[in-house]
Amino acid sequence: MSQLDLTSQALDIRPRPRLQYQALEPRALKSGFLTGLTWLAALLAAVPLFSVIYMLLIQGGTRLFGADIAEVLTGLPPAGFEMGGGIGPAIVGTLIMVGIASAISIPLGILAAIYLGVLDSTSKIAKTARFLAKVLTGFPSILAGVFVYAVIVIRFGYSATAGGVALAVLMLPTVVLAAEEAMSQVPQRMKDAAYGMGCTRTQVIWKVVLPTGLPGILTGVMLAIAGASGESAPLLFTALFSNYYISELAEPTASLSILIYNFSGMPFQNQIELAWTASLVLVLIVLVFNILARILGRPKV
Amino acid sequence: MEKLFQAANTSGSISGPPSAREYFNDRLFRSIALTSAFLIIVLVAYILWEIGREAMPAIGEYGLGFVTGTTWNVSKGEFGVLPEIWGTLYSSLLALLIGGVFGIAIAIFLTQDFINHRLATVFRTVIEMLAAIPSVVFGLWGIYVLIPLLKPGAEWLHDSLGWFPLFGTNLSGPGMAPAALVLAIMILPTVAAISVDAFRRIPYKVKEAAYGMGTTRWEAILKVMLPTASSGVLAALVLGFGRALGETMALAMLIGNANQISLSLFSPANTLASLLASNFPEAGRIEVQALMYAALVLLAITFLVNVAGLAVQQYTIRKFEGKK
Repeated sequence: MSQLDLTSQALDIRPRPRLQYQALEPRALKSGFLTGLTWLAALLAAVPLFSVIYMLLIQGGTRLFGADIAEVLTGLPPAGFEMGGGIGPAIVGTLIMVGIASAISIPLGILAAIYLGVLDSTSKIAKTARFLAKVLTGFPSILAGVFVYAVIVIRFGYSATAGGVALAVLMLPTVVLAAEEAMSQVPQRMKDAAYGMGCTRTQVIWKVVLPTGLPGILTGVMLAIAGASGESAPLLFTALFSNYYISELAEPTASLSILIYNFSGMPFQNQIELAWTASLVLVLIVLVFNILARILGRPKV
Repeated sequence: MEKLFQAANTSGSISGPPSAREYFNDRLFRSIALTSAFLIIVLVAYILWEIGREAMPAIGEYGLGFVTGTTWNVSKGEFGVLPEIWGTLYSSLLALLIGGVFGIAIAIFLTQDFINHRLATVFRTVIEMLAAIPSVVFGLWGIYVLIPLLKPGAEWLHDSLGWFPLFGTNLSGPGMAPAALVLAIMILPTVAAISVDAFRRIPYKVKEAAYGMGTTRWEAILKVMLPTASSGVLAALVLGFGRALGETMALAMLIGNANQISLSLFSPANTLASLLASNFPEAGRIEVQALMYAALVLLAITFLVNVAGLAVQQYTIRKFEGKK
């Protein structure tokens, strides 16, 4: 009896932990404070995007969606004090060079990805190529320009082809890594079923792996195109710039990004307005490919 | 019975051994794929070789003095890139400081149940769009929005705290501060995306265990989640740093292209990439060789940083997949 008393006394002496949530406890306050700070950081991080979009719409939109939209989209860039003018050659030049880059990098990238993802993903060549593709994604884009300058421009001069090849160097790793990822997620059972019916590996790739992995591959391709359209550093001294429409692939070619770069530093209001208009057009082009990437990337079930 | 087998073999069944022609096609296609993969390796080697070959005369002439020299004078034939190396590292470090803090905060915000799933998707789209905006557009935005916005603050800081080296000069236009800020915005999506990936790899049980012991949300994040994800977050920071080092256009438009070494946030500076961007188009034969050498220096720096980042990332993936 006395012993029981002792234990109950001992229990009473010890302070009971308060298990209930207390909002004013220091550690709860600290947690709340940090939560507020995180919200602030997240909202603050969204400010630049909205500021950029606002400026694009206000500064570029008035010109683009105004009365002289036809002149802006098809006209030649204005000189010095000239008024009006447009960004026609730059739009065409950007599309052509991205087209050249796609024609080179997409087939090559998907073929390489087939080897890395399906045929022999653990061989030495595959491991080295995968590693180098990852290194290339972090490769400064201007070095692609330097490389193409050394290989093509020194011998053949500035041209749309050189610009396209420089963009292709930048697109290649994106296409390879995305396509490999998409194809390596095709279930082994589907491939086994095809092998079991006597398919060669090539047949399995064409009839099973590529169709199944297509959404993922297309996403990667679209993102690569979007990235290449916005690139400017590799075009600076490969495609250079031109005030006129492109007439052959072997001549200097205008692009939207270089037009923005050139016009951004000019002291004329007209040119600065056109730089904003060109930025809006460029962002819209990039956005279209980004949205395409999302739509095409949805698995069709 | 015989008839039955024949029927099974011929009537529309698609199974059967490959024909000689199919074997041939298979061989051909596989060798094409192998060649394509091999071409990636060849491409990287060719890039190194071409830039190296073009830089060779400059390497022979200026040697290591190129990396420690501080003048870039074409008419005298003096070339040194120490100010550019300093500018590259300084702007990238500043960008990493800002972009890293925000990037990690956003990764925590998106993965630690701060907002519901739908809102998180909206927010992720905002960050992804930030990554989609071309560098040159950020440059334009920096010139016409950010610099005018920073000017009054910079003036005040210089006037009242001018003795402090960071505020030692006035912001007269382009300079380190706007360049580093835009750079921070540009690497934020990279840091956020890779950090989100790192937090996602932590098994849910870990968080449940922390909450089960009565931690507050931030005790769980700071003492359990962040240390567990630390190697992935480190990879995000290193890869973000690598991206900042090579970023060109926005910097060429915002940093002011001044060949000087200064601690001040408001003085113009230069980076390796923007040196290439602004000098290459009009360079003569001798300067091109020097620029090729500068490109090689940039290549070496970014290569080292990126390989380090990839190694840390690989280590993280292996760590978590090994435990499962």
